Amino acid sequence: MRKRLVILRPALACFAVISLLCGVVYTALVTGAAQLLFPAEANGSMIRVTLSDGSVREYGSALIAQDFTKPEYLIGRPGEVSNLSPTSEEQAKLLQERIDWWHSFDPENKADLPADLITASGSGVDPNISPEAAEYQVARIATSRGISQDDVRAVIAQYTTERVLSFLGEPVVNVLKVNLALDGLLG
Amino acid sequence: MSNIVLQDIFLLLILIGLSIPLGRYIDRVMSGQRVFLSRLFAPLEKGAYRLMGIRADEEMSAKKYALSVLVFSLTGLIAVWLLMVLQGSLLNPEGFSGTSWHLAFNTAASFVSNTNWQAYSGETTLSYLTQALGLTVQNFVSAASGIAVLYALIRGFVRKERNTVGSFWVDLTRITLYVLLPLSFIVAILLVSQGVVQSLGAYHTVSALESGAQQMLPMGPAASQIAIKQLGTNGGGFFGANSAYPFENPTVMSNIVEMLSILLIPSALCVSFGRAVKNRRQGTVLYVVMMLLFVGALIGITLSEANGGITLSGVAANGNLEGKEVIHGIGASSFWGAATTAASNGSVNAMHGSFTPLGGLLLLFLMQLGEIVFGGVGSGLYGMLAFVLLTVFIAGLMVGRTPEYLGKKVEPYDMKMVCLVILIPPLLSLLGTAVAVMLPAVHGWLTNSGAHGFSEVLYAFTSMANNNGSAFGGYHANNVFTNVLGGAIMLFSRFVPMVAVVFLGGNLAKKRQVAASDGTLATDNAMFTGLLIGVILIIGALSFLPTLSLGPIADYFTTR
Repeated sequence: MRKRLVILRPALACFAVISLLCGVVYTALVTGAAQLLFPAEANGSMIRVTLSDGSVREYGSALIAQDFTKPEYLIGRPGEVSNLSPTSEEQAKLLQERIDWWHSFDPENKADLPADLITASGSGVDPNISPEAAEYQVARIATSRGISQDDVRAVIAQYTTERVLSFLGEPVVNVLKVNLALDGLLG
Repeated sequence: MSNIVLQDIFLLLILIGLSIPLGRYIDRVMSGQRVFLSRLFAPLEKGAYRLMGIRADEEMSAKKYALSVLVFSLTGLIAVWLLMVLQGSLLNPEGFSGTSWHLAFNTAASFVSNTNWQAYSGETTLSYLTQALGLTVQNFVSAASGIAVLYALIRGFVRKERNTVGSFWVDLTRITLYVLLPLSFIVAILLVSQGVVQSLGAYHTVSALESGAQQMLPMGPAASQIAIKQLGTNGGGFFGANSAYPFENPTVMSNIVEMLSILLIPSALCVSFGRAVKNRRQGTVLYVVMMLLFVGALIGITLSEANGGITLSGVAANGNLEGKEVIHGIGASSFWGAATTAASNGSVNAMHGSFTPLGGLLLLFLMQLGEIVFGGVGSGLYGMLAFVLLTVFIAGLMVGRTPEYLGKKVEPYDMKMVCLVILIPPLLSLLGTAVAVMLPAVHGWLTNSGAHGFSEVLYAFTSMANNNGSAFGGYHANNVFTNVLGGAIMLFSRFVPMVAVVFLGGNLAKKRQVAASDGTLATDNAMFTGLLIGVILIIGALSFLPTLSLGPIADYFTTR
């Protein structure tokens, strides 16, 4: 019995101490520091807009995609995560459906479709598209809003993030921010 | 493509640069020396020992060390299981109820064994309390246990004619206090600064701009758990989509911090090893072997993803973006894929099931090598040391001499332990896969048909049996069969090799040190490096070529 206690006591005490340190104290410290130093980021990078009547409205998170379907909006990536093999027949069929949708949605557009517009992301809520995918949609947005293509391009450029140090990661356009700016809600 | 090459080189250089000082530091911590954090943590450390009723200089035999590992892990297993099944209202703003017994068993086994296979999505299943007090804690201690056991083995090489291999309680406490906690705190804050969420508040609901539809945005103490999930090669996502989900990994910088965190401690331990055995070249050889295998796989995966996928008319050819986030692209998704499968981490920033057949093959193969290319923290290096002993043994057979490594003779008992370490994971991978594909129900769990469907099953059991935890997401894992069999496999493939390693260390510690002679095989030169790589690849290929042919290779040749 004594021999068994030689292992059980330190095991339970060690587990209790480490649970307290790593589960409670550490989590509380990180939460405290995060809320103090980076409150906006720690709470989901919400986009808050002060409307003309002085009220503040939350339009979503800058990091999580929303669905857009109307021609006057920049449209993001497909929302569903397929987990299909990229070379399978099922996937080929799915891609063809999305290509057909884009062609019927924007029949004037004869440019090659950027691949990110017809492939699903891993999260299903990718907030970004490539600059090529944004450029592909410029003419359509300009026409349906009755503004110049350069105005659309200027808004897109404002919410484009380039590669870090010009070689890390990929350049991206934040879809929700561009659309909020097009609607005049974001400066 | 040139961006990708630059990015890869940049990441690897930073990794090497960080791993050397960290490796030195870890060795000082594990050999009981004072470090700069002692001023802060020494009183805490002493208090902890007092509570445990142990002395810092109290040593253990291999048997007691192994038993301590098992009893401690069992405590964790029971605690996580209870937290999940009984999930109450405490820190549970979304009011999730307790989970099924089998999901709780699978998850507990998964986190205790440093696998972090997940048959659930955190944001729709777990309370913040379960996440922080159950899973975050296991992220820490399963990583610390791996490093502790590695040092029990290292002490076996270093000590002469001794009966003890150190104290598990001291090892566990020191590695947690002086290495994992401070590093995790830094990484967690870096991640929050990029937009990884860290809050105890309820989920946000917003109405979408165009449709006005309600959108639910999950919150939680995520950054604190994600930091240790990467540093401790755990890999379990706070959210279901793991680090592909923007709230886990939103920016280029967060992605870099997480990728480097995955490889940091496993590579630093090669440096620690060289210092611990007072022969840095031995550590360097292992580092080089891991790096060469890693870079080889990285190149293969990147090329396959950049050139694979379907080419359709009217679509700009851009590589395979299916299942990948635009911001990470082909380059950072391939690097992450290689890192997470090499290092037994298992977190993903892109869906592995949607990698090209050959890219997916390399992800699988990195795991099938036994998680020794960097591998899990501690477990990767002790697995690699098992392969070193095997290589020394095979070379010894060729020239007809008793094999020795670091001045210790390698004898039949040692080789039996080595075999347990090397053979258990492939055995369980293949047995699990074989049993699963014979079940009629398996068809209902697959998303893909044909060879890729088989790959989903093979990947699942390879991942669990090698304590990786990533998945081809098409495999629907939350069923009684996979939960129970998988849980058992994860526990066996973690703890049988672990106990074998401790006993190996114990047996080595008892031996005399033999002086190197002309006939001693040098283990710190290019020839040995080549020999070791050869043995690793041959064992991996012999074990898995048949199944790889049925899965990804058939997939490659039968689809476009």
